[in-house]
Amino acid sequence: MKNPIDNLNKVFDSRIRLGVMSVLLVNTEINFNDLKELLQVTDGNLASHLANLEENGFIKVRKGFIGRKTNTTYSITKAGEKAFKEHLGGLESMIRGIK
Amino acid sequence: MYSQDEPLEALRDIKKMMERSSRFISLSGWSGIAAGICALAGAWVANSKIEEYGSVHSSESENGEIFNFSRIGLLQELIITGLLTFLAALVSAFVFTYLRSKKTGVPLWGLTAKNLFLNTLIPMAAGGLVILRMMQLGDYELISSCCLVFYGLALVNASKYTLDEIRYLGYCELILGVVSLWKSGSGLYFWAVGFGLLHIIYGGVMWWKYERVKS
Repeated sequence: MKNPIDNLNKVFDSRIRLGVMSVLLVNTEINFNDLKELLQVTDGNLASHLANLEENGFIKVRKGFIGRKTNTTYSITKAGEKAFKEHLGGLESMIRGIK
Repeated sequence: MYSQDEPLEALRDIKKMMERSSRFISLSGWSGIAAGICALAGAWVANSKIEEYGSVHSSESENGEIFNFSRIGLLQELIITGLLTFLAALVSAFVFTYLRSKKTGVPLWGLTAKNLFLNTLIPMAAGGLVILRMMQLGDYELISSCCLVFYGLALVNASKYTLDEIRYLGYCELILGVVSLWKSGSGLYFWAVGFGLLHIIYGGVMWWKYERVKS
């Protein structure tokens, strides 16, 4: 029998990365500051988690400007959506397994 | 290793983040109640102004000039009453929602609040312009119905960005507004029910559902 934990994605072990993916699944695009406010984390912490997600190809980064201030926005990729949904499936089967 | 509660906790986290990032959840039931009370007070003031006008001018109605002059005065007073009521309702609704946002820990002027504000404002602003033009044309009969209809549309639209129940308040306002289109002359009563009574009921229900301290 396949171990349900195999379906869980290591990338989403972190609560912050899980949070980022949850937010991006229901918002087409979100900027760094809004994300920081929602997750209530520090700049550096969030930036490193975002970099990790980007390296995995789960999120897209778009750098823009509002006036002179940089405005970096993030959105989910197809691969990210797929991975996140598989992770959800993994969580589901774990809960079923426990029951 | 994974503990038993971990997947459940992760799912709860996911749900929370999805909700927090897409809906403004700090809208307080008290805001509805306060706005309703303001509306009832406003309607009462308007009603007594109309009655006062009616009792003074019923005998003079043959004299057209005086009639028109004081009628304009009454309309001005009613418009001012309406605007003051709207302001008072807005401010009191804001105060309670501000207090609630402190409790829920969601910033008052965040992403979700901006979405909610913008999507409520668009139908309201369109409605405001329609009503303004109706006043210019001297057509006062359907103003109250228009207020209700556009407000209802605004609420239905807003429900995507805040607690979902506000959609039903929107439907009720719409129905009331449409019915009142055929009941000219009792606009103020429909207005009082729609903006007063319905707000108070809605606010009470929301308070009971989300804010009541469960013992």
